[in-house]
Amino acid sequence: MAANKTRTSSFSAAPSSQTPGIKFVPNGTIFVSSGIPDLDKILGGGFPLGSLVMVMEDAEAPHHMLLLRNFMSQGLVHNQPLLYASPAKDPREFLGTLPSPVLSKDDKSHNKDPEQDKGLRIAWQYKKYFGENQQNYDSHRVGKQEFCNDFDLRKPLERQFLGGCRVDCVSLQNFSNLGALQDHCASFLAQFPRNDDNISRVGRLAIQSLCAPQCGYSTMEWEMLSFIRSLKGMLRSSYAVAVITFPSFAIVL
Amino acid sequence: MDPHRSPNLLDEALGLDQSAGTWPLGGRVVLVEDCVETSGSFVLYQIIKRALSPNSSNVVIFLAFSHSFSHIDRILRKLGSNLVAQRDNSRFFFFDMLMLQCPEGDERKGKDGLVELYRKVQTLVSSLPEDKKKCITIMVDDVSLMEVATNGSSDHALDFLRYCHTLTSEFGCSLVLLNHEDIYSGLLRPTFLLQMEYLADVMVKAEPLATGLASDVHGQMMVLSKGVCGKPGNLMNKMHNFQFRIKENTVEYFYPGRRT
Repeated sequence: MAANKTRTSSFSAAPSSQTPGIKFVPNGTIFVSSGIPDLDKILGGGFPLGSLVMVMEDAEAPHHMLLLRNFMSQGLVHNQPLLYASPAKDPREFLGTLPSPVLSKDDKSHNKDPEQDKGLRIAWQYKKYFGENQQNYDSHRVGKQEFCNDFDLRKPLERQFLGGCRVDCVSLQNFSNLGALQDHCASFLAQFPRNDDNISRVGRLAIQSLCAPQCGYSTMEWEMLSFIRSLKGMLRSSYAVAVITFPSFAIVL
Repeated sequence: MDPHRSPNLLDEALGLDQSAGTWPLGGRVVLVEDCVETSGSFVLYQIIKRALSPNSSNVVIFLAFSHSFSHIDRILRKLGSNLVAQRDNSRFFFFDMLMLQCPEGDERKGKDGLVELYRKVQTLVSSLPEDKKKCITIMVDDVSLMEVATNGSSDHALDFLRYCHTLTSEFGCSLVLLNHEDIYSGLLRPTFLLQMEYLADVMVKAEPLATGLASDVHGQMMVLSKGVCGKPGNLMNKMHNFQFRIKENTVEYFYPGRRT
């Protein structure tokens, strides 16, 4: 899939981000958020598009579910199509456990701030800075969604985000071999081809417990390796990010 | 002085620091071993860069199992080499094997993918003009994914490598392979890796520092050249040890405790 276009210059200015869920960085990397602000900071911005994230499950704690849930919710909040595969018989039930984003405080306290301002006795030289900050908040708040939301695990994600053809759920038990799953992923990722034009849509792939023992292919090591390799190849040529979790015994093989 | 042109410790260890003359790796097999903590692909890119330098007529045939052309092009651009131009000038040939899958289900089919690949490589090598035949470098990145592509039949992958090895003796090509040492560390008999180590004339190992992570040193490198002609005329093995640090546009190589 080598680019056949002639390059006019090696540096092209990053296009302005019209879609809220994508962040452009000067060196050409494009990030999507993991759904956890601190993790985004540690990773240097988020998950780069085209990356394959592998998560080893902890046998004694379900932390990988937190990563998965935040990842999936963030994608749905930003209107990014999602393919979710899990060993459960009915994976759609999992969608009911996705967290809802916390409303930003600015929205709530917008009306209160000017009144509080009068009540506060601010030292004379700091008032000018406070006035500037107010202006900044005003311009940023209107109409722009955040790159990474804070999620409230106590509240489920609203139905409006789950509707439409945005979420595709697949049960891994239905597949006796990985070829069919690979084809399914291929057709999903084909919606987000990577060409040099503007990015219109970004996709997310979440696969939970790929080597779970209840799946028919779990003993076929080389097939699983081959699947992961093909998935990586497909991700390279599409605008998507995949997160796969593995049961802890998978490493011991 | 341009950091891209002056030879560094890796160039010296591989013998690439001679500015003119025959390609020093001709007829030799170079095996680069790395691991998850320290990726060794920068060694391949440095060899490509030296091979495609303007005052030589080397040809590089790249069999890619791991990274796409655009990825390698971006990196080589940072190192000061224009791969698109080299490809148009027939000095760089890229075989995209990223999606190759030749499972072993059918005995003939299992070998078909790699057999076909070898046929293409051999045809290409034979078809090159006579003067270029002496300085061809065949690069495989990386061999472990070749094994995955054949669904675990390392015999087929080894056969392919041995056939490529015949090209080194027949045409004087050099063969550069990248494999990962830590994949085989859990096995009792890591046959696949050992076979490759026996095949290799030059071994380059990229390992993390024994003392752990460091911000200014990314790892240590060991280059072992087997069968080098020593001064008295007898063959000996030569070993180089140094450390490296990967930066945005270049890689720094230095002896432990020193910085260039």
